[in-house]
Amino acid sequence: MPSSVMPTPRKHDGHASPAAVSAVGLRKSFGDKTVLDGIDLYIPAGSVFALLGPNGAGKTTAVKILSTLVTADGGQAQVAGHDLATEPQAVRAAIGVTGQFSAVDGLITGEENMLLMADLHHLSRSEGRRVTAELLARFDLTDAAGKPASTYSGGMKRRLDIAMTLVGRPRIIFLDEPTTGLDPRSRHTMWQIIRELVTTGVTVLLTTQYLDEADELADRIAVLDNGTIAAEGTAEELKRLIPGGHVRLRFTDPAAYRDAATALPTATGDDDALTLHIPNDGSQHALRALLDRLDTAAVHADELTVHTPDLDDVFFALTGNDTRVPHQPTEALR
Amino acid sequence: MSTLSLALRDSSTMLRRNLLHARRYPSLTLNLLLTPIMLLLLFVYVFGDTMSAGIGGGTPDRSAYIAYLVPGLLLMTIGSTTIGTAVSVSNDMSEGIIARFRTMAIHRGSVIVGHVVGSVLQSVVSVVLVGAVAVAIGFRSTGATPLEWLAALALLVLFATALTWIAVGMGLVSPNAEAASNNATPLILLPLLSSAFVPLDAMPDWFRPVAEYQPFTPAIETLRGLLLGTPIGVNGWIATAWCVGLTVLGYLWATAKFNSTSRF
Repeated sequence: MPSSVMPTPRKHDGHASPAAVSAVGLRKSFGDKTVLDGIDLYIPAGSVFALLGPNGAGKTTAVKILSTLVTADGGQAQVAGHDLATEPQAVRAAIGVTGQFSAVDGLITGEENMLLMADLHHLSRSEGRRVTAELLARFDLTDAAGKPASTYSGGMKRRLDIAMTLVGRPRIIFLDEPTTGLDPRSRHTMWQIIRELVTTGVTVLLTTQYLDEADELADRIAVLDNGTIAAEGTAEELKRLIPGGHVRLRFTDPAAYRDAATALPTATGDDDALTLHIPNDGSQHALRALLDRLDTAAVHADELTVHTPDLDDVFFALTGNDTRVPHQPTEALR
Repeated sequence: MSTLSLALRDSSTMLRRNLLHARRYPSLTLNLLLTPIMLLLLFVYVFGDTMSAGIGGGTPDRSAYIAYLVPGLLLMTIGSTTIGTAVSVSNDMSEGIIARFRTMAIHRGSVIVGHVVGSVLQSVVSVVLVGAVAVAIGFRSTGATPLEWLAALALLVLFATALTWIAVGMGLVSPNAEAASNNATPLILLPLLSSAFVPLDAMPDWFRPVAEYQPFTPAIETLRGLLLGTPIGVNGWIATAWCVGLTVLGYLWATAKFNSTSRF
């Protein structure tokens, strides 16, 4: 689903839907190190929210605070309408957490793990068995149900982990780096699982260091860097934060390069590499206009690439770690 | 659901989980049983004549020495089993599932209570197994009444509970299984420094107070009195005081450690 048709409630005033998670000024330090330096979050019920950031940005700490594992040093937060500090048990009853490291009991089987969760959610024996069988089937674990969880592959462990989280029918699910360490196929399976979760109306807060993952799954994204939120919005809004796209033309013939530079006054050129950068939003209309001008001037470029800003640009621009080559082409038209 | 019934239900779920672990991986428990059984056989069949001659004033009497030895070894079995408790608690705390439990609306203490009850049950089973070996090689109680048997069982359970809470605390402060095993070593060394193998009056004067007032000696003397009819004296009270004291201390220590969030 394109993100433009997703509901994108406005922040703070005039909320379109009730908050599943809201936090103001969350702080946390471990010793001298400030891990979270006052973050605000507003996550509407039924949406997918991604906390995006490099390692050490504070993503996991934020999840640990919101899931009652650690207490914040400052600020306040409400999860499912309950205050974290005063009603942690009510918060716990509403949430499900799948941590970065597999939260399964490796010594017992997958099925026993599921039944353990059913017991801890106080389901009746028959209800527990029904839910277990249903979720094991849904996550393709029925065949492995009788094997110890420690023998599972990374992808299977992560699926069991999510299945265990779902036993209690949580309204809000925290997924801390759900695809870190998974192979590409398991990663896509996990994405599919997360998309299906959302269709059942649950709210998902996921952390990730992968920009494509946030772009793919999240309605709203907060970029976390050094314990503060550097930017927040939809993927589209974030992409708009940085300078727009461009077309790059590469030439092998210096004469053609000079002709093109003359024909395109908005272009900036690199005389040594014989390449031109022309600001262009990459739309069909803008591209045709550019191509028409090249045809009129009768110049032939050896290579034409269109670059639209992606979350990578946003991420590197916002987190100040821009060490890579600028303007990496994303699509090539030859 | 009331707090109490929630606590009971969640604790019994956690107990089932721990018993499942113990049943699925019995090697740790069985390994720990080897030490007291080996010591029993070593002291009876290898050192037995010399030890009993030394204690009995010159006449070797191996069967009398079996009777002397068994109460101490039964309590040592508990010490040995609780080393396994420290190791399994430490292992468990390094697992992601504990973090999951902490984010669930379950009774907080149930994780620890499950470990404690499971470990006490394991201790009882271990004591029964070592006791069976002792009976097989000739141990007999001398005229213990049913009430005395019951008191002996109560003492063993109380002692196991005390050592288990301490072991759980040790497991919680140990960063890994090796450290837990090392930290819990005193639980199996203390019986060697008690009246388990030789009477207190056979020890050097300067050492006797150490042996006399450590937790194992009064418990051993009490068990000996209940099973063999030797005088118990104040040892019953000292043993009970130790058990209650260690249980309270271990409980406070373990729950404080478990509830502190510093591990996360």
